[in-house]
Parts: sequence; structure tokens; C-alpha cells
Amino acid sequence: MITTILDILIAGLLMGGIYAIIAVGLSLQYGVARVFNVSHGEFIMLGAFGTWILFTAFGINPLISLVMCAPVLFLLGFYIHKTIFRTLLRSSKIIEIFESKSMLVAFGLMYIIQNIAILVWGSDIKGYSYLNSPVNIAGAVFPANRLVTLLFALLIGAVFYLFLSRTRMGKAIRASAQDPAAAGLMGVNINQVLALCFGFGALMAGFAGTLLSLCFPIKATMGMEYTIIAIIIVTLGGLGSIVGSFIGGFILGIISSLVSYIEPSLTLVAYYVIFILMLLIKPKGIMGK
Amino acid sequence: MEILTLLKSNKTLRTATIVVLILLILATLPIYTPDYTIVLLSSILMYVVLTVSWVLFSGPTGYISLAPAAFIGVGIYSTAILGDSMPFPVVVLVSGIVTIFIALLVGALTLRLKGIYFTIFTFGLLELIRHLVLFLELHLTGTRGRFVIAQDFITVYFYMLIILAVLLLVTFLINRSKYGLALRSIGQNEEAASHIGVNVTTVKIATFVISAFFMGAAGAVMATRWTYIDPGIAFNMFFSFMPVMMALFGGMAHLYGPIIGSVVFTYLEEFLLTKLPELYMMLFGAIFIVAILYLPDGLLGVIQKGWAALMRKVRKDNLGGNHANS
Repeated sequence: MITTILDILIAGLLMGGIYAIIAVGLSLQYGVARVFNVSHGEFIMLGAFGTWILFTAFGINPLISLVMCAPVLFLLGFYIHKTIFRTLLRSSKIIEIFESKSMLVAFGLMYIIQNIAILVWGSDIKGYSYLNSPVNIAGAVFPANRLVTLLFALLIGAVFYLFLSRTRMGKAIRASAQDPAAAGLMGVNINQVLALCFGFGALMAGFAGTLLSLCFPIKATMGMEYTIIAIIIVTLGGLGSIVGSFIGGFILGIISSLVSYIEPSLTLVAYYVIFILMLLIKPKGIMGK
Repeated sequence: MEILTLLKSNKTLRTATIVVLILLILATLPIYTPDYTIVLLSSILMYVVLTVSWVLFSGPTGYISLAPAAFIGVGIYSTAILGDSMPFPVVVLVSGIVTIFIALLVGALTLRLKGIYFTIFTFGLLELIRHLVLFLELHLTGTRGRFVIAQDFITVYFYMLIILAVLLLVTFLINRSKYGLALRSIGQNEEAASHIGVNVTTVKIATFVISAFFMGAAGAVMATRWTYIDPGIAFNMFFSFMPVMMALFGGMAHLYGPIIGSVVFTYLEEFLLTKLPELYMMLFGAIFIVAILYLPDGLLGVIQKGWAALMRKVRKDNLGGNHANS
């Protein structure tokens, strides 16, 4: 009994790390750049496929791909914001209009990216194995790659947290999240900050994609599932809060492993019940102000 | 003559006459057009119904709802389950009523949420219902999909036309009643609206429910065209984004904006899907983005701008002519 509970808990924590990274990305894109990015999962998919290609075609270690794929996606996100979303921001009179229009643009992006991925890689499942020797954690046996992903997720989260709280750039981002107009008046280059935040969101998606491809099979249409998970965690943890994203990620990870132990096909239903309860009880989330 | 002067003086009557004429023309179309046109027109009518009923609620209030796909899916599943036990008109009506109950529940739960939280919720609702239905189907009936009793394409067409006619009438009546005014006041300032005595929650839920009824009914009719459905087909996120996109693409300043938007967009979808099925998603996504970026007031805005420019030119020419005469 106790070992089962431990199994479930550890499996949940191992999953929660990746979930948290995914959510941090969306949290930045919506919390600061005000783009409700329904194409977030497509960036994750691109990260995963990038890693897969580098590993299978060039034999590059996935942990090295971590610092190769994500930065490329950062640039992609940065330039998408600089071109498309900035044009939209300029033409929208109020922020609500920008929010609804940017969501639709993101839906268009999702279609484009998914179509390209299907054309290039086909729609069947791909995968590779790396570091899947079994490891024993407190009686529960897991492949080593799960442990590695959790460690890297925590590391990425911690570095990014320090970046936001300690550096000048981080301060500018936090200021822009609170009040873009005032931040602009204080000399923050607001357009640059928004583009950076969207880029950082894509960066996080890239990291998450690489880490996911380590543990799970991947396919071109995998994105939507992770977009939804990100939306739920962000709502759970509070928009724009990194700590909240990590708490939400671990909660969702544990719920996921608990429910899939009892009845696997109800996992997503369980997510939604939590999500709906959270929206009704405290829509601002655990760490929301 | 008298009728003509009456039509000239009364704008509402004029619009009503035009709408009735168009509906009559549409109703006689199956006599002299090829079958394919009727099938295409049914899709167009479906999207017009979806978009107009989406605008009915989201247009004046500004609450961006991503629930259409959920309501359509509920309509589709009601038809699939009830299809062989009742006559078709009853099935469509009952599907609409089932959708009403879902919408009542959702509305009561969520219409207290503001802005993006409402959107997020309705986005999640679709996936929740889809997975729940999938779970129930797998565990209770042991099937993944269902067969729907097919109706011939003329029946589908006429049902869509009737639903559209009723929807247009309802929209018209709501817009000119005090409820329409209350809805618009909610969109402008919800707190002020509630202070001057508008029962904000009731008005919002009532409109949300009415718009859901038409989506459910449209889904019920369309289900007979697909013959086979499963949760993935019935609860397709695409149906949530299309009405929003078509409304924005057409322009929401007038009722005919969304109608133009859905006609053009459905035709475009059909064209791309048949001509370039492999690049369909990509091209459609690109059109989505370009339309949002470069048509801020929709096609309606473009038409109005063009019309205004034309009028200015005509007036200028007239003035010039007068000068020459004097």
C-alpha cells in the first residue's frame, strides 16, 4: 500500500517538472505579452522533433540539444511577436480586442505549424531511447531519463526565477506585467520586453519539447494536449507566477499519476474537474494576487 | 406605388422584405440548381447559423465564447442517440433542448467569470465533454463511434434554412427589444448596467442559452450528413474558432457582416479542402492571420469605406456638373 502511494507520488513529481516548464512558458506569454497562445503546444512539438532529428540523424546527445533547439525556438517566437503581434498591438484600440484577436492569430499559427510538421515528418509516432536504464527510487523503479528531466526542469525553473528576480531585464519584465504603460514611462522599452517574453515562452516550450522527447514517443499532432495542460496549470497556479506554475505543475502531475493508476482514460476529465473547480473558487489561481 | 413609398420610408420594413425575398429565393433553389450547389449551400447555411448565433451573445456583450463546438457536439450526439426512435423534426428540436440544458448549466457556472477567464473556461468545456463522452461510450456502450441515420441532402438544406429563418427573426426581435438594449449596456459597462436595474446574470444566461439552442439544432441537422461520428469528429475545436473568425472577418458592426464573413469563409474552406487538401491547414491558418492583421473592421469595414469613397466621388461629380451649368 505504502509503496503504491510512493510510486504514485514519485511518478507525479517526475511528470510535474515538465508540466511546470510548459506552464511557465504560457504564463509569460499570457501574463506579460497578453497573447493567449493556443499554439504553445506546437512549439513544444517543434522542440521535440528537433531533438529527435538531431539524435537520430546526427547522433547528438539530447541533453546537448537542450541548448540547441530551445534557442532557435526563442528566435522564432521573438520574431513572430516582433512582426505579427506588434502589428496587431498597434492596430488594437483596447487590450481586450488585442487579447481576442491575438488568440485567433495563435490559432492560425497552430494550423500552419502543424501542417508543416505533418508535411515534413508525417503523422505517425516517432521516438528514440536514451538513458532508459532502470533506477530505483525508494522502492519505485523508473527509467533514468525521467529523473534527468526532473532535474533539468528544476534547474531551468530556478535559473529563470533568478533571472526574473535579480537582473535588470527581469525587473523590466515584472514591471511590464504589472503596468505596461507605467513601465513604458519609466524608460522600459516595452515592445522589446513583450517580444522577449513571447520568445521566452517559446524557449520554455523548446526545453519542454526536448525533455518530453527523452521520455515519451512523439508525433506531429501532440501539441494540443500540452497546450491544454499548460492552460490548466497556469489557471491553477496563477497567471504570471513562476512559483505558481511549479506548484500547479506538481499538483497536476500527482493527480495525473493518481488517476491513471485508478482509471487511465479519465485523466483529462480529472484535470478539467480541478480546472473548473479552481476557476469557480479562485479564478486568479493559487499564487494569483 | 403605396407599397414602394412605404418601403422607402420604413427602413425596418425594407430590410425585412429583402431578407424574406432572399430566403424565398434560397427556398426555391433546389428546383433549378445542381445537387453540389445545394450541398455547398447547406454548409454555408450551417456556418451562417453558427456565426449569427455566436454574435447574438458575444457581439453585444463582448464575452468571447469558445463553446460553439461543445454545443454543436451535444446536438450531434443527441441526434446520434435519438435518431432512430423519433421523427426527424422532433430529433432536431430535442437536440436543441438538450443543448439548452447544457448551456444553462455552463452559463450559471461561468458567466460570473470575466474576460479571458470565461474564454479559458469555454475552451476547456469542449475537451471536458469530449473526454467524458468518449469515456462513457467506451465503458457503457463499448463503442467508439456511432452511425447516424442519414437524411437526403435536400432535407438537410431545408432544415438549415428554417433554422436560419427562425434565428434571424429571433435576433431581430431581441435586438430591438429592451433585452437587446440591456445586452448592449452589459457590453459597454456591466456594473453600470446592473446599477440601472438590468438583471445582468439573467439577461446574459438567457441570451447564451438561446444562442446555444440554435448551435445544437444546427449540429443535429449536420450530424445526418456525416453518417458516422465519434467524439473526435463531433467535438471538434475547429467549430469553436470558425464562428469567431467568420464574425471578425465579416465585421460585427451590422448583422450582415457575420453573414458575409461566413459565406466567404465557408466557400474558401470548401475550395481549399477540395483543391489543396495537403496544404489546407497551412493556407487556412495564413488567411486567418492575414485577415485579422489587415482587416480590423472586417469585410464590412472595407465595403463601407469603398461605399463612402464612391458616394464622395458621385457628390463631387454632381457639384462639378452644376458649376458647369451655371
